[in-house]
Amino acid sequence: MAVEGDRRTGSEVDESRRSRILGALGSGGDGRRGVAIAILSTIVFAVVVVVVIGNSPGWPAVHQEFFSWNYFKSSFPEIARAFLLNCKIFLIAECFILPFALLIAVLRSLPGPVFFPLRALAIVYADFFRGVPTILVISLLALGAPALQLSAVPSSVVFWGIVSLVLIYSAYVSEVYRAGIDSVHPSQEAAARSLGLTRAQTLRKVILPQAVRRVIPPLLNDFIGLQKDTALVGTVGALEAFNQAQIDTAATFNFTPYLVAAVLFVAITIPLARFTDWLIERDRRRRQAQGLYA
Amino acid sequence: MNTTAALEIEGLRKSFGTHLVLDGISLSVGEHEVICLIGASGAGKSTMLRCLNLLEPVDSGRIVFAGEEITRRGVDVNRVRRRIGIVFQAFNLFPHMSVLENVTLAPRLALHQGSGEAEKQARALLDRFGLSDKVKAYPDHLSGGQQQRVAIVRALAMQPRLMLLDEVTSALDPELVAEVLDVIGELAAGGMTMLIATHEMGFARDIATRVCFLDDGIILEQGPPEQMFGSPREPRTQQFLQRIVNAHRL
Repeated sequence: MAVEGDRRTGSEVDESRRSRILGALGSGGDGRRGVAIAILSTIVFAVVVVVVIGNSPGWPAVHQEFFSWNYFKSSFPEIARAFLLNCKIFLIAECFILPFALLIAVLRSLPGPVFFPLRALAIVYADFFRGVPTILVISLLALGAPALQLSAVPSSVVFWGIVSLVLIYSAYVSEVYRAGIDSVHPSQEAAARSLGLTRAQTLRKVILPQAVRRVIPPLLNDFIGLQKDTALVGTVGALEAFNQAQIDTAATFNFTPYLVAAVLFVAITIPLARFTDWLIERDRRRRQAQGLYA
Repeated sequence: MNTTAALEIEGLRKSFGTHLVLDGISLSVGEHEVICLIGASGAGKSTMLRCLNLLEPVDSGRIVFAGEEITRRGVDVNRVRRRIGIVFQAFNLFPHMSVLENVTLAPRLALHQGSGEAEKQARALLDRFGLSDKVKAYPDHLSGGQQQRVAIVRALAMQPRLMLLDEVTSALDPELVAEVLDVIGELAAGGMTMLIATHEMGFARDIATRVCFLDDGIILEQGPPEQMFGSPREPRTQQFLQRIVNAHRL
Protein backbone atom coordinates (compact mmCIF):
# COMPACT_ATOMS: atom_id res chain seq x y z
CA MET A 1 0.00 0.00 0.00
CA ALA A 2 2.75 2.39 0.94
CA VAL A 3 4.48 1.73 -2.35
CA GLU A 4 1.37 2.50 -4.38
CA GLY A 5 0.82 5.62 -2.33
CA ASP A 6 4.33 6.82 -3.05
CA ARG A 7 3.94 6.14 -6.73
CA ARG A 8 0.76 8.17 -6.95
CA THR A 9 2.48 11.09 -5.26
CA GLY A 10 5.31 10.75 -7.76
CA SER A 11 3.04 11.04 -10.79
CA GLU A 12 1.28 14.00 -9.26
CA VAL A 13 4.62 15.73 -8.92
CA ASP A 14 5.37 14.98 -12.59
CA GLU A 15 1.99 16.36 -13.62
CA SER A 16 2.48 19.64 -11.87
CA ARG A 17 6.00 19.99 -13.21
CA ARG A 18 4.83 19.39 -16.78
CA SER A 19 2.04 21.94 -16.56
CA ARG A 20 4.50 24.46 -15.20
CA ILE A 21 6.77 23.95 -18.23
CA LEU A 22 3.83 24.23 -20.60
CA GLY A 23 2.67 27.31 -18.76
CA ALA A 24 6.04 28.90 -19.36
CA LEU A 25 5.65 28.22 -23.10
CA GLY A 26 2.62 30.45 -23.31
CA SER A 27 -1.14 30.27 -23.02
CA GLY A 28 -1.61 26.69 -24.27
CA GLY A 29 -3.01 24.35 -21.62
CA ASP A 30 -2.48 21.00 -23.46
CA GLY A 31 0.39 19.39 -25.40
CA ARG A 32 -0.95 20.20 -28.87
CA ARG A 33 0.78 23.56 -29.01
CA GLY A 34 4.11 21.90 -28.14
CA VAL A 35 3.71 19.37 -30.96
CA ALA A 36 2.94 22.17 -33.43
CA ILE A 37 6.07 24.06 -32.40
CA ALA A 38 8.19 20.91 -32.77
CA ILE A 39 6.87 20.22 -36.29
CA LEU A 40 7.38 23.82 -37.39
CA SER A 41 10.97 24.05 -36.06
CA THR A 42 11.84 20.71 -37.71
CA ILE A 43 10.55 21.94 -41.09
CA VAL A 44 12.46 25.21 -40.78
CA PHE A 45 15.64 23.30 -39.86
CA ALA A 46 15.27 20.89 -42.81
CA VAL A 47 14.65 23.72 -45.26
CA VAL A 48 17.75 25.59 -44.05
CA VAL A 49 19.92 22.46 -44.42
CA VAL A 50 18.60 21.72 -47.92
CA VAL A 51 19.06 25.33 -49.08
CA VAL A 52 22.59 25.63 -47.68
CA ILE A 53 23.82 22.32 -49.10
CA GLY A 54 21.91 22.70 -52.37
CA ASN A 55 23.49 26.11 -53.01
CA SER A 56 27.06 25.02 -52.19
CA PRO A 57 29.39 25.25 -55.24
CA GLY A 58 30.25 21.52 -55.28
CA TRP A 59 26.69 20.23 -54.86
CA PRO A 60 25.93 19.39 -58.54
CA ALA A 61 29.03 17.16 -58.73
CA VAL A 62 28.37 15.53 -55.34
CA HIS A 63 24.74 15.01 -56.26
CA GLN A 64 25.78 13.21 -59.44
CA GLU A 65 28.53 11.11 -57.78
CA PHE A 66 26.78 10.04 -54.55
CA PHE A 67 23.05 10.59 -54.99
CA SER A 68 22.32 9.44 -58.51
CA TRP A 69 18.82 7.95 -58.67
CA ASN A 70 19.66 5.97 -61.81
CA TYR A 71 22.71 4.32 -60.31
CA PHE A 72 20.74 3.73 -57.10
CA LYS A 73 18.05 1.83 -59.02
CA SER A 74 20.44 -0.18 -61.14
CA SER A 75 22.79 -1.26 -58.33
CA PHE A 76 20.09 -1.88 -55.70
CA PRO A 77 19.04 -5.48 -56.60
CA GLU A 78 22.59 -6.85 -56.62
CA ILE A 79 23.61 -5.15 -53.39
CA ALA A 80 20.37 -6.18 -51.71
CA ARG A 81 21.07 -9.79 -52.67
CA ALA A 82 24.61 -9.48 -51.30
CA PHE A 83 23.17 -7.91 -48.15
CA LEU A 84 21.37 -11.19 -47.42
CA LEU A 85 24.84 -12.60 -46.70
CA ASN A 86 25.38 -9.86 -44.09
CA CYS A 87 22.11 -10.87 -42.44
CA LYS A 88 23.07 -14.53 -42.57
CA ILE A 89 26.49 -13.89 -40.99
CA PHE A 90 24.82 -11.73 -38.33
CA LEU A 91 22.17 -14.29 -37.40
CA ILE A 92 24.52 -17.28 -37.31
CA ALA A 93 27.14 -15.40 -35.30
CA GLU A 94 24.55 -14.13 -32.80
CA CYS A 95 23.30 -17.68 -32.13
CA PHE A 96 26.79 -18.64 -30.97
CA ILE A 97 27.72 -15.36 -29.27
CA LEU A 98 24.79 -15.26 -26.82
CA PRO A 99 25.42 -18.62 -25.11
CA PHE A 100 29.21 -18.53 -25.46
CA ALA A 101 29.48 -15.05 -23.94
CA LEU A 102 27.19 -16.10 -21.09
CA LEU A 103 29.44 -19.06 -20.39
CA ILE A 104 32.49 -16.80 -20.22
CA ALA A 105 30.70 -14.34 -17.92
CA VAL A 106 29.63 -17.16 -15.60
CA LEU A 107 33.15 -18.61 -15.53
CA ARG A 108 34.46 -15.21 -14.58
CA SER A 109 32.02 -14.84 -11.70
CA LEU A 110 32.83 -18.22 -10.10
CA PRO A 111 34.03 -17.65 -6.53
CA GLY A 112 36.78 -19.37 -4.58
CA PRO A 113 40.42 -20.34 -5.21
CA VAL A 114 39.54 -23.66 -6.89
CA PHE A 115 38.13 -21.88 -9.93
CA PHE A 116 41.06 -19.51 -10.34
CA PRO A 117 42.31 -21.11 -13.61
CA LEU A 118 38.87 -20.80 -15.22
CA ARG A 119 38.51 -17.21 -14.03
CA ALA A 120 41.96 -16.35 -15.33
CA LEU A 121 41.21 -17.99 -18.67
CA ALA A 122 38.00 -15.97 -19.04
CA ILE A 123 39.81 -12.73 -18.18
CA VAL A 124 42.66 -13.39 -20.63
CA TYR A 125 40.14 -14.26 -23.33
CA ALA A 126 38.06 -11.11 -22.82
CA ASP A 127 41.13 -8.87 -22.62
CA PHE A 128 42.70 -10.34 -25.74
CA PHE A 129 39.73 -10.25 -28.07
CA ARG A 130 38.63 -6.82 -26.94
CA GLY A 131 42.15 -5.54 -27.56
CA VAL A 132 42.73 -6.78 -31.11
CA PRO A 133 41.10 -4.88 -34.00
CA THR A 134 38.27 -6.86 -35.59
CA ILE A 135 39.66 -6.47 -39.09
CA LEU A 136 42.97 -8.01 -37.93
CA VAL A 137 41.32 -11.10 -36.45
CA ILE A 138 39.22 -11.55 -39.58
CA SER A 139 42.27 -11.19 -41.83
CA LEU A 140 44.35 -13.58 -39.74
CA LEU A 141 41.70 -16.28 -39.46
CA ALA A 142 40.01 -16.02 -42.86
CA LEU A 143 43.29 -15.88 -44.77
CA GLY A 144 45.45 -17.93 -42.38
CA ALA A 145 43.27 -20.77 -41.13
CA PRO A 146 42.35 -22.22 -44.56
CA ALA A 147 46.08 -22.48 -45.30
CA LEU A 148 46.26 -25.19 -42.64
CA GLN A 149 44.26 -27.35 -45.07
CA LEU A 150 42.37 -29.12 -42.30
CA SER A 151 40.00 -31.49 -44.04
CA ALA A 152 37.36 -31.50 -41.31
CA VAL A 153 36.98 -27.71 -41.14
CA PRO A 154 35.42 -25.55 -43.86
CA SER A 155 37.89 -23.22 -45.54
CA SER A 156 35.46 -20.56 -46.80
CA VAL A 157 36.10 -16.95 -45.82
CA VAL A 158 32.49 -16.64 -44.66
CA PHE A 159 32.95 -19.49 -42.18
CA TRP A 160 36.14 -18.00 -40.75
CA GLY A 161 34.63 -14.52 -40.82
CA ILE A 162 31.80 -15.79 -38.63
CA VAL A 163 34.28 -17.50 -36.30
CA SER A 164 36.19 -14.22 -35.95
CA LEU A 165 33.07 -12.22 -35.18
CA VAL A 166 31.93 -14.81 -32.62
CA LEU A 167 35.31 -14.70 -30.88
CA ILE A 168 35.41 -10.90 -30.74
CA TYR A 169 31.80 -10.15 -29.91
CA SER A 170 31.65 -12.88 -27.26
CA ALA A 171 34.39 -10.97 -25.43
CA TYR A 172 32.32 -7.76 -25.50
CA VAL A 173 29.00 -9.41 -24.72
CA SER A 174 30.51 -11.37 -21.83
CA GLU A 175 31.43 -8.03 -20.24
CA VAL A 176 27.83 -6.86 -20.67
CA TYR A 177 26.55 -10.03 -19.01
CA ARG A 178 29.08 -9.67 -16.22
CA ALA A 179 27.94 -6.13 -15.48
CA GLY A 180 24.39 -7.51 -15.27
CA ILE A 181 25.42 -10.31 -12.91
CA ASP A 182 27.33 -7.87 -10.70
CA SER A 183 24.31 -5.57 -10.56
CA VAL A 184 22.16 -8.19 -8.81
CA HIS A 185 22.45 -7.53 -5.08
CA PRO A 186 24.25 -10.21 -3.01
CA SER A 187 21.19 -10.45 -0.76
CA GLN A 188 19.39 -12.16 -3.65
CA GLU A 189 21.97 -14.92 -3.64
CA ALA A 190 21.79 -15.16 0.15
CA ALA A 191 18.01 -15.52 0.00
CA ALA A 192 18.18 -18.25 -2.63
CA ARG A 193 20.97 -20.18 -0.92
CA SER A 194 19.23 -19.89 2.47
CA LEU A 195 16.29 -21.80 0.97
CA GLY A 196 18.60 -24.70 0.14
CA LEU A 197 19.07 -23.96 -3.55
CA THR A 198 22.42 -25.01 -4.98
CA ARG A 199 24.80 -22.46 -6.45
CA ALA A 200 23.88 -23.53 -9.99
CA GLN A 201 20.14 -23.34 -9.28
CA THR A 202 20.61 -19.90 -7.73
CA LEU A 203 22.50 -18.70 -10.77
CA ARG A 204 19.98 -20.10 -13.25
CA LYS A 205 16.72 -19.16 -11.54
CA VAL A 206 17.54 -16.07 -9.50
CA ILE A 207 20.69 -14.27 -10.65
CA LEU A 208 20.73 -14.69 -14.44
CA PRO A 209 17.06 -13.86 -15.14
CA GLN A 210 17.47 -10.56 -13.33
CA ALA A 211 20.91 -9.89 -14.81
CA VAL A 212 19.92 -10.55 -18.43
CA ARG A 213 16.75 -8.46 -18.15
CA ARG A 214 18.80 -5.50 -16.99
CA VAL A 215 21.33 -5.69 -19.83
CA ILE A 216 18.96 -6.09 -22.79
CA PRO A 217 19.53 -2.51 -24.05
CA PRO A 218 23.38 -2.71 -24.05
CA LEU A 219 23.09 -6.23 -25.47
CA LEU A 220 21.03 -4.95 -28.39
CA ASN A 221 23.62 -2.19 -28.84
CA ASP A 222 26.22 -4.88 -29.43
CA PHE A 223 23.79 -6.59 -31.84
CA ILE A 224 23.73 -3.40 -33.88
CA GLY A 225 27.53 -3.18 -33.81
CA LEU A 226 27.77 -6.77 -34.98
CA GLN A 227 25.37 -6.20 -37.87
CA LYS A 228 27.58 -3.32 -39.03
CA ASP A 229 30.80 -5.28 -38.59
CA THR A 230 29.60 -8.05 -40.90
CA ALA A 231 30.81 -5.65 -43.65
CA LEU A 232 34.38 -6.39 -42.50
CA VAL A 233 34.03 -9.96 -43.77
CA GLY A 234 33.85 -8.33 -47.23
CA THR A 235 37.45 -7.19 -46.87
CA VAL A 236 38.70 -10.78 -47.13
CA GLY A 237 36.62 -11.48 -50.22
CA ALA A 238 33.12 -12.50 -49.09
CA LEU A 239 30.58 -11.10 -51.52
CA GLU A 240 28.48 -9.15 -49.05
CA ALA A 241 26.86 -5.72 -49.45
CA PHE A 242 29.95 -3.56 -48.89
CA ASN A 243 32.13 -5.66 -51.19
CA GLN A 244 29.41 -5.68 -53.85
CA ALA A 245 29.08 -1.89 -53.58
CA GLN A 246 32.84 -1.58 -54.00
CA ILE A 247 32.71 -3.71 -57.14
CA ASP A 248 29.85 -1.64 -58.57
CA THR A 249 31.66 1.60 -57.76
CA ALA A 250 34.84 0.38 -59.41
CA ALA A 251 32.90 -0.53 -62.53
CA THR A 252 30.95 2.72 -62.91
CA PHE A 253 33.10 5.34 -61.14
CA ASN A 254 29.92 6.41 -59.32
CA PHE A 255 29.70 6.21 -55.51
CA THR A 256 25.94 5.81 -55.21
CA PRO A 257 26.23 2.02 -54.53
CA TYR A 258 27.83 2.89 -51.16
CA LEU A 259 24.69 4.84 -50.34
CA VAL A 260 22.62 1.80 -51.28
CA ALA A 261 24.61 -0.37 -48.88
CA ALA A 262 24.29 2.26 -46.14
CA VAL A 263 20.51 2.45 -46.60
CA LEU A 264 20.25 -1.35 -46.35
CA PHE A 265 22.25 -1.45 -43.10
CA VAL A 266 20.19 1.32 -41.55
CA ALA A 267 16.99 -0.44 -42.62
CA ILE A 268 17.95 -3.30 -40.27
CA THR A 269 19.64 -1.49 -37.39
CA ILE A 270 17.02 1.21 -36.76
CA PRO A 271 14.09 -1.22 -36.43
CA LEU A 272 16.34 -3.29 -34.15
CA ALA A 273 16.73 -0.28 -31.86
CA ARG A 274 12.98 0.40 -31.86
CA PHE A 275 12.34 -3.30 -31.15
CA THR A 276 14.55 -3.14 -28.06
CA ASP A 277 12.63 -0.20 -26.67
CA TRP A 278 9.37 -1.98 -27.33
CA LEU A 279 10.55 -5.12 -25.50
CA ILE A 280 11.59 -3.16 -22.44
CA GLU A 281 8.35 -1.20 -22.40
CA ARG A 282 6.22 -4.33 -22.78
CA ASP A 283 8.02 -6.07 -19.94
CA ARG A 284 7.58 -3.08 -17.68
CA ARG A 285 3.88 -2.73 -18.48
CA ARG A 286 3.17 -6.42 -18.04
CA ARG A 287 4.71 -6.47 -14.58
CA GLN A 288 2.79 -3.37 -13.61
CA ALA A 289 -0.55 -4.70 -14.85
CA GLN A 290 -0.15 -7.97 -13.01
CA GLY A 291 0.76 -6.18 -9.82
CA LEU A 292 -2.33 -3.99 -9.96
CA TYR A 293 -4.99 -6.47 -11.02
CA ALA A 294 -3.88 -9.73 -9.42
CA MET B 1 17.86 -27.08 29.83
CA ASN B 2 15.90 -29.42 27.64
CA THR B 3 17.66 -32.73 26.98
CA THR B 4 16.27 -33.04 23.44
CA ALA B 5 17.75 -29.76 22.24
CA ALA B 6 16.72 -28.62 18.77
CA LEU B 7 19.86 -26.58 18.50
CA GLU B 8 23.10 -26.62 20.44
CA ILE B 9 25.64 -23.84 19.99
CA GLU B 10 29.06 -24.13 21.61
CA GLY B 11 31.74 -21.45 21.66
CA LEU B 12 30.83 -19.87 18.35
CA ARG B 13 33.44 -17.39 17.11
CA LYS B 14 33.38 -15.30 13.98
CA SER B 15 35.38 -12.31 12.83
CA PHE B 16 35.39 -10.25 9.67
CA GLY B 17 39.04 -9.41 9.03
CA THR B 18 40.37 -8.09 12.32
CA HIS B 19 36.90 -7.23 13.61
CA LEU B 20 35.71 -9.84 16.11
CA VAL B 21 31.90 -10.07 15.87
CA LEU B 22 31.07 -13.27 17.78
CA ASP B 23 33.33 -13.95 20.75
CA GLY B 24 32.24 -17.37 21.95
CA ILE B 25 28.46 -17.76 21.79
CA SER B 26 27.00 -20.77 23.59
CA LEU B 27 23.30 -21.48 23.66
CA SER B 28 21.04 -24.49 23.90
CA VAL B 29 17.62 -24.21 22.30
CA GLY B 30 14.88 -26.71 23.14
CA GLU B 31 12.12 -27.82 20.80
CA HIS B 32 9.29 -25.27 20.54
CA GLU B 33 11.33 -22.59 22.26
CA VAL B 34 11.06 -19.00 21.09
CA ILE B 35 14.27 -17.15 21.84
CA CYS B 36 14.53 -13.41 21.34
CA LEU B 37 17.98 -11.95 20.79
CA ILE B 38 18.19 -8.35 21.90
CA GLY B 39 21.09 -5.93 21.99
CA ALA B 40 22.46 -2.86 20.30
CA SER B 41 23.17 -2.77 16.57
CA GLY B 42 26.54 -4.39 15.94
CA ALA B 43 26.28 -6.69 18.96
CA GLY B 44 26.34 -9.70 16.61
CA LYS B 45 22.68 -10.72 16.41
CA SER B 46 22.48 -10.84 12.59
CA THR B 47 25.88 -12.49 12.22
CA MET B 48 24.87 -15.16 14.72
CA LEU B 49 21.71 -15.99 12.74
CA ARG B 50 23.61 -16.01 9.45
CA CYS B 51 26.15 -18.42 10.95
CA LEU B 52 23.37 -20.74 12.12
CA ASN B 53 22.06 -20.90 8.54
CA LEU B 54 25.63 -21.50 7.28
CA LEU B 55 25.45 -18.32 5.18
CA GLU B 56 28.61 -17.26 7.01
CA PRO B 57 31.37 -19.78 7.71
CA VAL B 58 32.32 -19.84 11.39
CA ASP B 59 35.92 -19.47 12.61
CA SER B 60 35.55 -21.89 15.50
CA GLY B 61 32.90 -23.50 17.66
CA ARG B 62 30.22 -26.08 17.03
CA ILE B 63 26.61 -25.95 15.95
CA VAL B 64 24.56 -29.10 16.47
CA PHE B 65 21.17 -29.04 14.79
CA ALA B 66 18.69 -31.90 15.30
CA GLY B 67 21.47 -34.13 16.57
CA GLU B 68 23.85 -33.44 13.68
CA GLU B 69 26.91 -31.26 13.83
CA ILE B 70 26.45 -28.89 10.91
CA THR B 71 29.75 -27.07 11.37
CA ARG B 72 31.84 -30.13 10.59
CA ARG B 73 33.79 -30.35 7.35
CA GLY B 74 32.06 -31.73 4.30
CA VAL B 75 28.52 -31.21 5.57
CA ASP B 76 25.92 -30.76 2.79
CA VAL B 77 25.03 -27.11 3.39
CA ASN B 78 22.05 -27.24 1.03
CA ARG B 79 20.49 -30.12 2.94
CA VAL B 80 20.96 -28.28 6.24
CA ARG B 81 19.53 -25.02 4.95
CA ARG B 82 16.39 -26.74 3.69
CA ARG B 83 15.45 -27.46 7.30
CA ILE B 84 16.38 -24.03 8.71
CA GLY B 85 14.33 -21.11 7.46
CA ILE B 86 15.68 -17.57 7.64
CA VAL B 87 13.84 -14.30 7.04
CA PHE B 88 15.80 -11.12 6.43
CA GLN B 89 15.29 -7.51 7.40
CA ALA B 90 15.09 -6.41 3.75
CA PHE B 91 12.66 -9.21 2.67
CA ASN B 92 14.90 -10.24 -0.27
CA LEU B 93 12.00 -11.52 -2.37
CA PHE B 94 12.85 -12.40 -5.96
CA PRO B 95 11.58 -9.34 -7.89
CA HIS B 96 11.25 -11.12 -11.24
CA MET B 97 8.87 -13.73 -9.85
CA SER B 98 5.27 -13.52 -8.72
CA VAL B 99 4.37 -14.25 -5.10
CA LEU B 100 3.40 -17.80 -6.01
CA GLU B 101 6.67 -18.39 -7.89
CA ASN B 102 8.66 -16.97 -4.98
CA VAL B 103 7.03 -19.43 -2.61
CA THR B 104 7.12 -22.52 -4.85
CA LEU B 105 10.66 -22.12 -6.24
CA ALA B 106 12.59 -23.81 -3.43
CA PRO B 107 10.10 -26.65 -2.78
CA ARG B 108 10.20 -27.50 -6.49
CA LEU B 109 13.99 -27.27 -6.93
CA ALA B 110 15.30 -28.32 -3.53
CA LEU B 111 12.59 -30.73 -2.36
CA HIS B 112 11.69 -31.93 -5.89
CA GLN B 113 7.99 -31.38 -5.35
CA GLY B 114 5.74 -31.44 -8.40
CA SER B 115 4.47 -28.00 -9.39
CA GLY B 116 0.89 -29.02 -8.54
CA GLU B 117 1.82 -30.13 -5.06
CA ALA B 118 4.06 -27.10 -4.47
CA GLU B 119 1.34 -24.68 -5.62
CA LYS B 120 -1.31 -26.31 -3.48
CA GLN B 121 0.86 -26.00 -0.41
CA ALA B 122 1.86 -22.42 -1.29
CA ARG B 123 -1.76 -21.34 -1.77
CA ALA B 124 -2.73 -22.91 1.55
CA LEU B 125 0.06 -21.04 3.35
CA LEU B 126 -0.68 -17.74 1.59
CA ASP B 127 -4.33 -18.16 2.45
CA ARG B 128 -3.50 -18.82 6.09
CA PHE B 129 -1.58 -15.54 6.32
CA GLY B 130 -4.14 -13.42 4.45
CA LEU B 131 -2.26 -13.21 1.15
CA SER B 132 -4.54 -15.26 -1.10
CA ASP B 133 -5.44 -12.22 -3.24
CA LYS B 134 -1.73 -11.50 -3.88
CA VAL B 135 -0.82 -14.88 -5.41
CA LYS B 136 -0.12 -13.45 -8.87
CA ALA B 137 1.26 -10.08 -7.73
CA TYR B 138 4.91 -9.11 -8.09
CA PRO B 139 6.87 -8.04 -5.00
CA ASP B 140 7.25 -4.38 -6.00
CA HIS B 141 3.47 -4.01 -5.94
CA LEU B 142 3.14 -5.16 -2.36
CA SER B 143 3.50 -3.12 0.79
CA GLY B 144 6.50 -3.80 3.01
CA GLY B 145 4.33 -5.73 5.45
CA GLN B 146 2.91 -7.90 2.68
CA GLN B 147 6.40 -8.52 1.27
CA GLN B 148 7.69 -9.61 4.64
CA ARG B 149 4.73 -11.94 5.16
CA VAL B 150 5.44 -13.47 1.73
CA ALA B 151 9.09 -13.89 2.76
CA ILE B 152 7.97 -15.74 5.89
CA VAL B 153 5.64 -17.94 3.84
CA ARG B 154 8.49 -18.61 1.39
CA ALA B 155 10.63 -19.89 4.25
CA LEU B 156 7.74 -21.90 5.74
CA ALA B 157 7.07 -23.62 2.42
CA MET B 158 10.27 -25.60 3.01
CA GLN B 159 8.70 -26.96 6.23
CA PRO B 160 11.69 -25.98 8.34
CA ARG B 161 12.24 -27.31 11.85
CA LEU B 162 13.76 -24.02 12.93
CA MET B 163 13.06 -20.43 11.90
CA LEU B 164 15.57 -17.60 12.17
CA LEU B 165 14.10 -14.11 11.99
CA ASP B 166 16.59 -11.30 11.51
CA GLU B 167 15.00 -7.99 12.55
CA VAL B 168 12.10 -8.69 10.25
CA THR B 169 10.16 -5.54 11.19
CA SER B 170 13.05 -3.05 11.21
CA ALA B 171 12.53 -1.97 7.59
CA LEU B 172 8.78 -1.52 7.95
CA ASP B 173 6.65 1.57 8.45
CA PRO B 174 5.31 1.54 12.03
CA GLU B 175 1.72 0.83 10.96
CA LEU B 176 2.82 -2.31 9.11
CA VAL B 177 4.74 -3.87 11.97
CA ALA B 178 1.70 -5.40 13.69
CA GLU B 179 0.63 -7.58 10.73
CA VAL B 180 4.08 -9.18 10.58
CA LEU B 181 4.30 -9.66 14.35
CA ASP B 182 0.85 -11.32 14.25
CA VAL B 183 2.20 -13.87 11.78
CA ILE B 184 5.17 -14.62 14.04
CA GLY B 185 2.84 -14.91 17.03
CA GLU B 186 0.82 -17.47 15.12
CA LEU B 187 3.96 -19.47 14.33
CA ALA B 188 4.95 -19.45 18.00
CA ALA B 189 1.48 -20.62 18.99
CA GLY B 190 1.86 -23.44 16.45
CA GLY B 191 4.98 -24.64 18.26
CA MET B 192 7.65 -23.46 15.79
CA THR B 193 11.14 -23.29 17.25
CA MET B 194 12.44 -19.79 16.57
CA LEU B 195 15.39 -17.51 17.10
CA ILE B 196 14.32 -13.92 16.70
CA ALA B 197 16.66 -10.95 16.55
CA THR B 198 14.49 -7.94 17.31
CA HIS B 199 14.29 -4.36 18.52
CA GLU B 200 10.60 -4.75 19.38
CA MET B 201 10.91 -5.17 23.15
CA GLY B 202 7.17 -5.30 23.81
CA PHE B 203 6.87 -8.08 21.28
CA ALA B 204 9.85 -9.93 22.76
CA ARG B 205 8.30 -9.74 26.23
CA ASP B 206 5.03 -11.20 24.95
CA ILE B 207 6.31 -13.96 22.72
CA ALA B 208 9.69 -15.15 24.03
CA THR B 209 10.19 -18.17 26.23
CA ARG B 210 13.68 -16.84 26.81
CA VAL B 211 15.45 -13.55 26.09
CA CYS B 212 19.18 -13.32 25.37
CA PHE B 213 21.02 -10.02 25.63
CA LEU B 214 23.97 -9.88 23.24
CA ASP B 215 26.76 -7.47 23.97
CA ASP B 216 30.10 -7.29 22.15
CA GLY B 217 29.77 -10.73 20.62
CA ILE B 218 28.76 -12.68 23.71
CA ILE B 219 25.47 -13.56 25.39
CA LEU B 220 25.94 -11.38 28.45
CA GLU B 221 22.70 -12.31 30.15
CA GLN B 222 19.73 -14.55 29.47
CA GLY B 223 16.52 -15.54 31.19
CA PRO B 224 12.74 -15.55 30.98
CA PRO B 225 11.30 -12.27 29.68
CA GLU B 226 9.79 -11.26 33.03
CA GLN B 227 13.18 -11.39 34.67
CA MET B 228 15.11 -9.86 31.75
CA PHE B 229 12.79 -6.88 31.37
CA GLY B 230 11.74 -6.68 35.04
CA SER B 231 14.98 -7.09 36.93
CA PRO B 232 18.04 -7.50 34.70
CA ARG B 233 21.21 -8.29 36.70
CA GLU B 234 23.96 -6.96 34.46
CA PRO B 235 24.63 -3.19 34.41
CA ARG B 236 25.05 -3.31 30.60
CA THR B 237 21.62 -4.92 30.20
CA GLN B 238 20.11 -2.32 32.50
CA GLN B 239 21.74 0.49 30.50
CA PHE B 240 20.50 -0.93 27.20
CA LEU B 241 16.93 -1.35 28.43
CA GLN B 242 17.00 2.09 30.02
CA ARG B 243 17.92 3.60 26.65
CA ILE B 244 15.01 1.74 25.06
CA VAL B 245 12.62 3.01 27.74
CA ASN B 246 13.87 6.55 27.25
CA ALA B 247 13.21 6.21 23.53
CA HIS B 248 9.62 5.17 24.38
CA ARG B 249 10.05 1.81 22.74
CA LEU B 250 9.09 -0.27 25.79
